[in-house]
Amino acid sequence: MSGKTDKASFLKKLYSRDVHISRLLIMLAAVLIVMLLLKPEKFYSIANFKTMAAQFPEFGIMALGIMLCMITGGIDLSVVGVANFTAISSGVVLKSMVDSNGNLLGYGIMATLLFGIMIGAATGFINGLLVSKIQIPPILATLGSYELFTGIGIILTKGKAIADLPLEYSELITAKLLGAIPVQLIIFVLMACLIAFLLARTTYGTRIYMLGTNITAARFSGLKTGSLLIRTYALSGICAALGGLVMLANYNSARADYGTVYTLQCVLIVVLGGVNPNGGHGRISGVVLAILVLQMLSSGLNFFPQISNFYKSLIWGSVLLIVMVMNYSTENKSAKRVKAA
Amino acid sequence: MAQSVLKVVDIKKSFAGVEALKGVSLEIAPGEIHCLAGENGCGKSTLIKIISGVYTADAGYIEFGGRSYQKITPIEAIMNGIQVIYQDFSIFPNLSVMENLAFNTELADKRVLVNRKRFRKIAEEAIAKIDFKVDLDAKVKDLSVADKQLVAISRALMFNAKLIIMDEPTTALTKKEVSALFKIILALKEQGISILFVSHKLNEVFEISERFTIIRSGEKIITGNTSDLDDKKFSYYMTGREFEDLSFTAKNVEEEPVLEVEDLSLGGCYENVSFSLRKGEILGITGLLGSGRTELALSLFGLKKADSGNIRINGKEVVLDSVAAAMENKIGYVPEDRLTEGLFLSRSIGENIIISDLNSLSGRAGVYDFKKKKSAINKWVKELAIATPDPDNACSTLSGGNQQRVVLAKWLARDLDVLILNGPTMGVDIGSKHDIHKILQSLAEKGLGIIIISDDLPEILQNCSHILIMKDGRVTARLDPKKIREKELSEYMM
Amino acid sequence: MVSKTLKKLTQRNEFYIFIVIMLLSVVIEIRSGQFFTPNNLVDIASALIVPGMFAIGAFMVIVSGGIDVSFPALASLSVYTATRILTDANYKGGMLLPILMVVAFGALLGALNGFFIAYLKLPTLIITLGTSSVFKGIMQGVLNSTQIATIPIGMKQFGLGALFVAENQSSGLTSRMPTAMIMLLAVLFIAYIVLRYTMYGRGLYAIGGNETSAYRAGFNVRAIKFMLYVSVGIVSSLAGLIRVCMMGQCHPTNMLGMEMMIIAGIVLGGTSISGGAGSLTGCMIGTILIVMVQNSLILLGVPTFWQGFFLGMLIILGTGISAMQVSRAGSRAFKKTAGEAAK
Repeated sequence: MSGKTDKASFLKKLYSRDVHISRLLIMLAAVLIVMLLLKPEKFYSIANFKTMAAQFPEFGIMALGIMLCMITGGIDLSVVGVANFTAISSGVVLKSMVDSNGNLLGYGIMATLLFGIMIGAATGFINGLLVSKIQIPPILATLGSYELFTGIGIILTKGKAIADLPLEYSELITAKLLGAIPVQLIIFVLMACLIAFLLARTTYGTRIYMLGTNITAARFSGLKTGSLLIRTYALSGICAALGGLVMLANYNSARADYGTVYTLQCVLIVVLGGVNPNGGHGRISGVVLAILVLQMLSSGLNFFPQISNFYKSLIWGSVLLIVMVMNYSTENKSAKRVKAA
Repeated sequence: MAQSVLKVVDIKKSFAGVEALKGVSLEIAPGEIHCLAGENGCGKSTLIKIISGVYTADAGYIEFGGRSYQKITPIEAIMNGIQVIYQDFSIFPNLSVMENLAFNTELADKRVLVNRKRFRKIAEEAIAKIDFKVDLDAKVKDLSVADKQLVAISRALMFNAKLIIMDEPTTALTKKEVSALFKIILALKEQGISILFVSHKLNEVFEISERFTIIRSGEKIITGNTSDLDDKKFSYYMTGREFEDLSFTAKNVEEEPVLEVEDLSLGGCYENVSFSLRKGEILGITGLLGSGRTELALSLFGLKKADSGNIRINGKEVVLDSVAAAMENKIGYVPEDRLTEGLFLSRSIGENIIISDLNSLSGRAGVYDFKKKKSAINKWVKELAIATPDPDNACSTLSGGNQQRVVLAKWLARDLDVLILNGPTMGVDIGSKHDIHKILQSLAEKGLGIIIISDDLPEILQNCSHILIMKDGRVTARLDPKKIREKELSEYMM
Repeated sequence: MVSKTLKKLTQRNEFYIFIVIMLLSVVIEIRSGQFFTPNNLVDIASALIVPGMFAIGAFMVIVSGGIDVSFPALASLSVYTATRILTDANYKGGMLLPILMVVAFGALLGALNGFFIAYLKLPTLIITLGTSSVFKGIMQGVLNSTQIATIPIGMKQFGLGALFVAENQSSGLTSRMPTAMIMLLAVLFIAYIVLRYTMYGRGLYAIGGNETSAYRAGFNVRAIKFMLYVSVGIVSSLAGLIRVCMMGQCHPTNMLGMEMMIIAGIVLGGTSISGGAGSLTGCMIGTILIVMVQNSLILLGVPTFWQGFFLGMLIILGTGISAMQVSRAGSRAFKKTAGEAAK
């Protein structure tokens, strides 16, 4: 009898240690179980996992950037604009990297990737300046820069797509290492590890959490809030640029209006992952879990031809609403407890 | 005794099993000025919320003018002449004075449409009650703090108020504004309106109230006449502890000054301020709100660069144009408003302690040395006796006094030469206040140069080795705390 | 007196945006000679109807301290549903029934937003992101929406109806002023009266200024917010209906994505994104500027694909300038109080 309650309270403790993560794990398990019951062969196939692993990195990386900005109490709505702008300009660079015979130069891919990352850092730097120095509310600053970068993308392409790229680039990024691991996934994992490291093991991580909690206190504690914000938005820009570079490879073309649904989708992922929109709280593990849950959910749905693909947004929206309502009830409980103390 | 305005009998209230009020009773006569005092978290704000109908009591009852209620709604409380003036005044900064004054009356009358003429009439009537002169069309955010409070008071009077509850009304007021407020309170008393004054400042209790009630951890400790109360008794009732006297005498004072300020000026804030501070001394700077004391401190911490004048640290001239520059010169600053400027409430106690000293806890590229981090946190939790089971807990779980220790720890974690404290014990319990004074004095003995900026005169007299008085941006007097009494000190300030 | 009014004027964003609009018009006129022609002005007015109505709803939400990004999806869903039902029923009647239907759907969907935001007190941006996704999902998934090429005749006629026709004497081009203009004006008028002359409207400003104070003053904060989202649902759905009528067909997705543009226009017009401050005039002026940039660049000889670039610059400059004004005013106010205290 007492053993049973012990176990129950242990589970409860485990659950309440990080409610967001626990909830996401339960959701992930639920999706996996439902799939096991309904579509075991199709869902649990290597091919499906390969496809899934190649699909989510392009928006997953962008979500990581938004997460960083949200931890500082801001938001980056420009990620898709930055991604497309990067993809377009990198596409142009890539096309110019051919010798007289039309073959891609040896360092062409490397140079293109570096160029893309620099574009991302530069655009993020601009966002950071707008937010920290000119003090435009982040939601507006990045909304404006989204239009701006998308606009530049349209000007560069005259509204059309950049296509006919040297195939080597796309082949490299969409290749499967050891026949199974997509390169896109590796890029995502590297970036996620880097950010996880920054957040947990460096003073930069502590600083942005503190900045997001109380910017005035951060200033009074001697933090260089301006440079922290600029660095964070630049990092988000780099994430967005990597997303754009992956998109460039996935579609083997670039256009200013690719992936426009990703903006809201990424914000949704980040909030679902337990990042506090007011700043100061949130973990990368939650965001990664949220990405996985949503990817599995939408891939799983593809195996039900009677359910249209468009149900995805219904399900995602509902999940977000439900999670918000659950957060509301747990927060209310803990708020009451704090008050009583 | 005449029929009481308010009688609260044996009120009990618990939250999630924790008893906040354990049977408190209170009675207020018409025209009485009553002070409700108690340490933070003693239950006094819960009591106010029950009286004003925000919370419902678990047991006990409330009587208004003889009618008794088990539970009341906020509207019923207002109908019975109860008005609360909250610390934040409950105003709308973005709207005009007129709208701020008229809304409550109009809403109580269940009006649907806005009639600007009627609005203006109500507003004029309201300010006439306390003879308050203000531009009705001005936005409230452009008013001074004192005027905002007057807006709140005149608004409260519109409801045939019989009892006005004021929650810590003097917190953000200058001395002059406080005496103006007290005049208004006395005028209200003349009209037979009772005032329940919530405060934990002793001098206010003495000055204004006739009777007092002190609550400690949910229980009423005593009700009595203010004339029977003195300093010692007051602290004892509030805390249940007796305190020894802690007068500071500087020992271990170094020869050479660590900080010298010469003819420092900042346009519109302060002018030609000069002083010097040696290690081991505690310099007190006092003056009214707006005397330039806070701006001076901000300049010394690099947040508001001075226009002219010199600052020397250890004899070397320095430019303090950023917090980083001040920190490089081993200056630390404990800000005025702990909650908004000093702390990261929802983050852990540990992070709050180390936030200003991250660089010494990390290697290249800011990668943490976790061992160092942990030992630094544990060291300061222990050294300053911060009461927490686990430094990973959020800072918000601490009491005010312990939070202030966290802010102190943040600076002590760095190796400082000069620590500037602005209102070091504002809003802190008497017990913690005593402890913080002890800490500061021992830090000075260990060779830290300390500047305390405060308008808590006993605090300045007890803890400082010199006192500077600032008035209208200038230093008007330099005094020795051993040779002066509180009364004279406050005359210098006016 | 005059100088005081002028000073007051120059402190307001609306004034500067108005000047920008004037300058832009003059520049376009000089470059093309086509701006101040009757047909162009009517064209701009006609292009303003739908964004204008959206803006009025979104503006009220921002004043109350929230931000709504769901209104295009909400409008799309309610209008699509109404049009689909009417088309399937082979409806031949007038506009009354379609209007009633979208009002009902809009109110219902708005009530969903209102429930989460007013009753559960959840953050508006996140909730409307969620409901927007849900609305889209219902429309495209559950209802399996496709383009409806022929809308009921009554709706079509309403869309084609003209108050008057303006003709450009020199080019012979003509433009119709749509009947729907009346609806924009009506909604604008009602919103103006509500915001200025009702306790409900002042309550929105009060809530945007300080929600706790509003509650303590006796405003029924929950009911006000709930009603706000219901009415925004209604106004947005009406805007969607007008758009469908004017286009003569119902395209389920082509309103999606308008939200950011609309919010940008509102903020350009001087509305504070944190709530409590802003005027309907500013909201409309800001929206006009956005509509002009979208419609008139071509007259300047600027290729249409420069549009996004200019809009982005406009948002950044507009919000940047007002952000700098705010921080300057802040430091000025500080100096002022300190200076007064020193006297």
